Amino acid sequence: MAAILELRAVKAFYGQSEVLHGIDLAVEQGGMTVLLGANGAGKTTTLRAICGMVRSEGQILFAGRRLERCTTEQIAGFGVAHVPEGRGTFIGLTVEENLRIGAYVATGRPHDNMQLMYGYFPILAQRRRQQAGALSGGEQQMLAIARALMMSPRLLVLDEPSFGLAPRVVEAIFGIVERIKREKQVSVLLVEQNASLALEMADRAYLLETGYVVASGSAKTLADDPQIRRSYLGY
Amino acid sequence: MHQLLQQIFSGLAAGAVYASLALALVMIYRATDLVNFAQGEMAMFSTYIAWTLVNAGLPFWAAFLITLAVSFVGGMAIERIVIRPVENAPILTAVVVTIGLLLIFNSLAGWIYSYTLQEFPSPFPDRTLFGALMTTRDLGVIAVTLMMLVALFCFFRFTATGLAMRAAAQNPESARLCGIPVGWMLAVGWGFAAAIGAVAGIMVAPVLFLDPNMMSGVLLYAFTGALLGGITSPIGAVIGGLIVGVTENLVGTYLIASQLKLTVALILIIIVLVFRPNGLFGTAVVRRV
Repeated sequence: MAAILELRAVKAFYGQSEVLHGIDLAVEQGGMTVLLGANGAGKTTTLRAICGMVRSEGQILFAGRRLERCTTEQIAGFGVAHVPEGRGTFIGLTVEENLRIGAYVATGRPHDNMQLMYGYFPILAQRRRQQAGALSGGEQQMLAIARALMMSPRLLVLDEPSFGLAPRVVEAIFGIVERIKREKQVSVLLVEQNASLALEMADRAYLLETGYVVASGSAKTLADDPQIRRSYLGY
Repeated sequence: MHQLLQQIFSGLAAGAVYASLALALVMIYRATDLVNFAQGEMAMFSTYIAWTLVNAGLPFWAAFLITLAVSFVGGMAIERIVIRPVENAPILTAVVVTIGLLLIFNSLAGWIYSYTLQEFPSPFPDRTLFGALMTTRDLGVIAVTLMMLVALFCFFRFTATGLAMRAAAQNPESARLCGIPVGWMLAVGWGFAAAIGAVAGIMVAPVLFLDPNMMSGVLLYAFTGALLGGITSPIGAVIGGLIVGVTENLVGTYLIASQLKLTVALILIIIVLVFRPNGLFGTAVVRRV
C-alpha cells in the first residue's frame, strides 16, 4: 500500500533547541498510524511539524506534495485536518458555527456534510444553537472531530482525543473514528496515551522517546513486544 | 421636558458617531489586542478624500461610497505594510506604531489640505421634525449609522468570510488549522475598521467642520464608549458610544460649560476603570496558569 503521509529524517525546533532529531514515519492510504510515547517525547511536536506550526527540517510528503515550506492554512487546504491538543474549539461561537468554520476549505456542499456529522454525533444536532464553550468535554471532542471532518480531509490528525474523558466516552468517540475511517476512506494519524486502545485500532505504530523513534512496526508487533507491554501497556 | 428630549436626540446623533468609531476600535482590538490610536486620524483622512471628491463635483452619496471603498483598501494596506511587521513584537511596539500613524496622517492632512477649517456639506436637509424635537440631520446620522451596523451584523453573522474573521480573532491557531488565512482576515478587519471610521468622519464633519484635528475629541469619546461597553464587545461599543453621546450632551447642557464637555469622557473612563473594568458587556479575561 502507498503511504499518504511520509516523514523522512524530520527535525523540529522550538527556537534554537532541537526537539525532534530526525524521525521517519508513514501513514498508509486509508490506514491508521498511532504515535506512542511518554510526555515530552515529541508526539505533539511531530503533529505540529506536519502542519507547519513549528520550524522543521527534512522531508514531509503528503499525497506527493512537499509540506515543509507550506503555511498551516495551505496544508489544511491540501486535506490535512488537525484536531489540536486542547481541541481548538471556538468556544464563543455556536456548535453550528464551529462546523461551518470547518467547511471553510471544503469544496463540497457544507449542508450535506453537516447533516452527515449530525448523523454521526446526534448530540451535536441537539446542541447546534448552543455556545460551544457550554459543551461537556466529550461533546467538545466530538465537535472538534466533526469540525475537522467538515473539511472533507484525506488525513485526519488527532492529538490525544481521549484526554480528560471518561472511558465510556472515549470508547464511543473511537468507535465513531473507526467508522468514519472505514466509510469515508480517511487516513488517520493518532497521538494517544491510551496505548492498549490505540494499538487495537491502529495498523502501524511508532514509539517516540525524547525526540527519537525507538520502535516502529505493525501495531500488532508493538503490542506483542514485551518491553512495550511492560512500559506502556502495563501487563 | 422638550429641551431634554431635544438634547437626548442630538446626543444620540453624536453618540452614533462615537459608536461607529468605538466599533472600529473594538474590531481591531478583538483581532489583534491592539488599541489603534490612529483610528481617528484615519477617519479624518478619509473625510478629506470625500471632501475632495465632493468638491470635484461628484454627487454626495457617490463620493461617500467611493471614500468607503478607498478607506477599506487603505486600511488593509496599512495592516499589511505597517502593522504586519510588528505583529509578533511586544504590544508596546505596536502601540507606538499606531501613534506614529496618528502623527503621520495628521501631518499629511495638514500638508496636503492645510490646517484651516473647511466646510463639509451635509447630505441631509436642514429641517426640524416633530415640533422641533429633532433635526433631519441628526435623524440622518442615526439612520446611516444604524444601516451600517445592520449590514455589519449580517456580514459577520451570515457570510463565510465574516465567520472566518470571528474565528480568526477568537482562536488564530485553530483557525489556521481549519484553512483560514488568518493574516488576510486581520487585514480585512483593518479595512472594515477604516471604512467604519470613514462613515463616522463623514457624518461628523458637517457639525465639527473639517480640519486635521477634527477627530481628536471624537476619538476620546469613542474610546470612552468602547471602554464603557467592554473593549471586547461590538454591541457594547455601540451602546457605550450612544451612552457617552447622550451623557456628554446632557451634562454639557445642564451641569457644566460645554467647553468642559471633554472632561466628561475622562471622568467616565476613570469611573469605568475603577468600578467595572470589564465594562458593561465585556468578558473578563481569565487565564489558567
